[in-house]
Amino acid sequence: MTKVFVPMDSAALSMGANEVAQAISEYATKNGLDVTIVRNGSRGMLWLEPLVEVETPAGRVGYANVSADQIPELLSAGLLTGDSHDSCLGLVEELEILKNQTRITFARVGVIDPLSLVEYESHGGLKGLRNAIAMSPAQVVTEVTESGLRGRGGAGFPAGIKWNTVLNTESDQKYICCNADEGDSGTFADRMLMEGDPFTLIEGMIIAGIAVGATEGLIYVRSEYPHAIDVLNQAIAIANEHKILGDSVLGSSHKFKLEVRVGAGSYVCGEETAMLESLEGKRGMVRAKPPIPALVGLFGKPTVINNVMTLAAVPMILADGAASYQNFGVDRSRGTQVFQLAGNILRGGIVELPFGITLGDLVDKIGGGTYSGRPIKTVQIGGPLGAYLGTDSWDVQMSYESLAEAGGMLGHGGIVVFDDTVNMAKQARFAMEFCAEESCGKCTPCRIGSTRGVEVIDRIVAGEDQAKNLELLEDLCEVMTDGSLCAMGGLTPLPVRSALKLFPADFGIKVEVK
Amino acid sequence: MSNYSEESILNFLGPYKGDASAILRSLQLVQELLGYVPDSALDLIAKNSNVSRAEVYGVFTFYSDFRSTPPAKVVVKVCVAEACQASGSAGLISELHDKGYDIHKGNIKDDIQMEQTFCLGNCALGPSAMVNGAPIGRATCERIFAATSTVTA
Repeated sequence: MTKVFVPMDSAALSMGANEVAQAISEYATKNGLDVTIVRNGSRGMLWLEPLVEVETPAGRVGYANVSADQIPELLSAGLLTGDSHDSCLGLVEELEILKNQTRITFARVGVIDPLSLVEYESHGGLKGLRNAIAMSPAQVVTEVTESGLRGRGGAGFPAGIKWNTVLNTESDQKYICCNADEGDSGTFADRMLMEGDPFTLIEGMIIAGIAVGATEGLIYVRSEYPHAIDVLNQAIAIANEHKILGDSVLGSSHKFKLEVRVGAGSYVCGEETAMLESLEGKRGMVRAKPPIPALVGLFGKPTVINNVMTLAAVPMILADGAASYQNFGVDRSRGTQVFQLAGNILRGGIVELPFGITLGDLVDKIGGGTYSGRPIKTVQIGGPLGAYLGTDSWDVQMSYESLAEAGGMLGHGGIVVFDDTVNMAKQARFAMEFCAEESCGKCTPCRIGSTRGVEVIDRIVAGEDQAKNLELLEDLCEVMTDGSLCAMGGLTPLPVRSALKLFPADFGIKVEVK
Repeated sequence: MSNYSEESILNFLGPYKGDASAILRSLQLVQELLGYVPDSALDLIAKNSNVSRAEVYGVFTFYSDFRSTPPAKVVVKVCVAEACQASGSAGLISELHDKGYDIHKGNIKDDIQMEQTFCLGNCALGPSAMVNGAPIGRATCERIFAATSTVTA
């Protein structure tokens, strides 16, 4: 029996992976070949999808960009024995781009069948949970605190400190809410993990529950991710069946119930308090803080809200110890970051590396520059609310601290590359337009500021009274930054200001920009 | 309400009876069943969840997923966010426009409706689209219509 791996990750599906799997199965049946098709996650080298792998005695051999109509040719050319062919990559795990990564959170993604609990365990799964069960809640929290793990959703708040607050707050009910409303353009690591290794997220949430004394968890997934929702629901059913979830987690005295909740097409629901409102069935209106959700969260109860990547890092921290995670990284950016290379990029996908690689190395060396082959003009890091940086920032280290120093933010670790055809006035206008479209409407700076922002940018580009309008835009940006309730209005000025500062010519500016 | 009577909808909403926190899920359930949320369903949800119609209406209008009219047989979502902009989505959008589809308005033509969306999470293989839930990477007019034709055929 030969094992053939065909990814079921959405990115692979978008390039025809289902058709490839079907073609292999049909060909095998017709020719009496003993083939088992495993639908794995994606290795993250998305430019190679569909990436078909065949198990051979030497290891898994990969074939890139396979299409369904190539299957008869590939199979007769010896795909099942890993024979060479134009599209053959050799042993996948020996590829430089994979070998040079530090896969901790994504260790199993693309390797195993996402819904095989047996493979999950044989690849180190559940070890962290078993360790956590043997520890006191406070010890689990300490382990997470000492690992230096910070919130991967964007704000970078130390996870252990958040957990400790919830642990020390008395309540009859506490919740673990996973923020899987990955709405930032250029980010897809959450989706890939949920589709490629859902048990890791489930395990991380159970550990969080044990750590803070919460017995209920909710995963808020955006509706744009139907495949992730499907895989998560299947994984939760399997975990319930095997008593990993339920009244007695792995036979212990801990209870944990987990449920997927689906969003409904609202970007602002990725903001944690808007997400809570949405989970309560309401409009996704941002709440004023304080009180923080750790004290008064879902239905007024103490709630841990963490991003998928944060919770998915937890099982490994508990399995291998805080020090093993803490050893990676720079400054106060500890561990690894799953970077996402997106937009106009030759080799797009995810790369998991310790914090500290330079932006230039990430985009040029790993990403290979633009897909269009034209020079890079700018990159936007951290989603629609992140700053634009130019190639003069190539030496900036990818860490929370260095990016903040460079006037940007890491956000969720997504990098969108633009070539020299981009017009930055259009991008700045889009940032304001997007804010106007997606603002929850609760606070004035965000709701009205963004609409006025579009108008002011239009006037600047039209050359109307530029000095005065530039001053007005700056004033508006200041009010939005300082006066908005949440990051939606508060960070929208970041892409606007950075675009204007870096590329004033695109705005047709004839006066000096401050 | 097409094939569903008021009773059958109330029956589906049964698990959420008296649950004010289930407004969003109730709307999602109705849309799953009918493809859209008819005006009369707002009253049913309000009654079932024991909240005012205004509260249900507020939730209904907040989220862009909800429709007040039936969708076309094929719904194509086209990403308009930054990563796809960087990969040339503007050209694709204008080609679709030339073929009679304004993704910003979501008009229906030949059983096909094209709508804008902000990010489908396939940002390394843009422009990105989705045809009745099936993702399309490196989307072109040809690839999109090849996918829609398998549904309309």
